[in-house]
Amino acid sequence: MPKEVSDEVLDIKMEADIINARVKAKALAEAVGFDYMDQTRIATAVSELARNALEHAGGGQMMMSPVTALGKRGLQITVADHGPGIKNLEAALKGGYSTKGGLGLGLSGSKRLMDVFLINTETGKGTVVTAKKWVTK
Amino acid sequence: MENSIPILKSGKCLIASPQVALHDKLAIQFKGNLLEKIVQTKVKGLVLDLSAIDVVDSFLVRQIAEIASSARIMGAEVVVVGLRPAVALTLVEMGISLLGVQVARDLEKGLALFNRSWENSCPKK
Ligand SMILES: Nc1ncnc2c1ncn2[C@@H]1O[C@H](COP(=O)(O)OP(=O)(O)O)[C@@H](O)[C@H]1O
Ligand SMILES: [Mg+2]
Repeated sequence: MPKEVSDEVLDIKMEADIINARVKAKALAEAVGFDYMDQTRIATAVSELARNALEHAGGGQMMMSPVTALGKRGLQITVADHGPGIKNLEAALKGGYSTKGGLGLGLSGSKRLMDVFLINTETGKGTVVTAKKWVTK
Repeated sequence: MENSIPILKSGKCLIASPQVALHDKLAIQFKGNLLEKIVQTKVKGLVLDLSAIDVVDSFLVRQIAEIASSARIMGAEVVVVGLRPAVALTLVEMGISLLGVQVARDLEKGLALFNRSWENSCPKK
C-alpha cells in the first residue's frame, strides 16, 4: 500500500451519514491508489448503498476495508442492515424497480460501478451487500 | 435561511451554483427555493452549475429532473452545466440519464443556448 490505510466502520442512521460515508470512501479509495474516475465510481456506489440501507431498511452499518489479492490492491465495501430484505432481488438487480417511487437504478447502477457485487438478503432478517473494486493500472 | 444556496438573477435568467454537497434535505430545500424564485422573478431560464459537485447519485438526479420538469410547467427552461467528466461517465455507466434535462459544457455555453432562443436576454458572460 502506498499509504497507511485502515478499515472504516460507520453507522448509517441518518442522512448526514450518507455524505460522511462517501467522503470517507473517496479518501480511502485515494489512499489505496484509485484514480479520480474510480474514486468517483466508488463514492457514488457507496452513496447508493448507504441510502438504500437508510431508506429501505431503517439504517445499517457500513465497513470499508482495503484488500489485496494476487498482487492486486482494492477496496471492499460491506453494507449490512436488519431491515425487511429485498423482496424481488432479480428485479432490483435488473434495474428500474423501486418500492419507494425512486428511480430504481441505485442497486443495478452500483453493481455496474464495482468489480464484485454480492447480495445476501433474507425476508424479515436483513440484507448484506458486499462490493469490491480493484485498482487497475 | 441557513445554509441556503445563492440563486442569482440576471436578465431573464437565474443562475445557481451549489458549492457544498447536496445532501438530501438541502437538495429538496434547494429545489423548493429555485421553483419559488422562478415564480417570483418570472424568468425564462435557469442555469444550474454543478461544477463543484463531485458525487451525483440517483437521488440527486431525480431532484434535478424534478426541478427541470416543474420549471418547464412554470414556463422556464433548465440547463445543467459544468458536470464533471467523472460524474457524467459514472451516471452513464449506471444507466442513468438526465431525462429530458438540457446539458451544456459550461456556464457560457449554457447562457449562449438561452440567448439563441430568446434574443440575448441573458448575460453574455
Ligand atoms: N437494503 C435494502 N433493504 C430492503 N430492500 C432494499 C434494500 N436495498 C434495495 N432494496 C429494494 O430494492 C429496490 C431497488 O433499489 P434501488 O435500485 O436502490 O432503487 P431505489 O432505492 O431508487 O428504490 C428498492 O426499491 C427496494 O425495494
Ligand atoms: Mg436506492
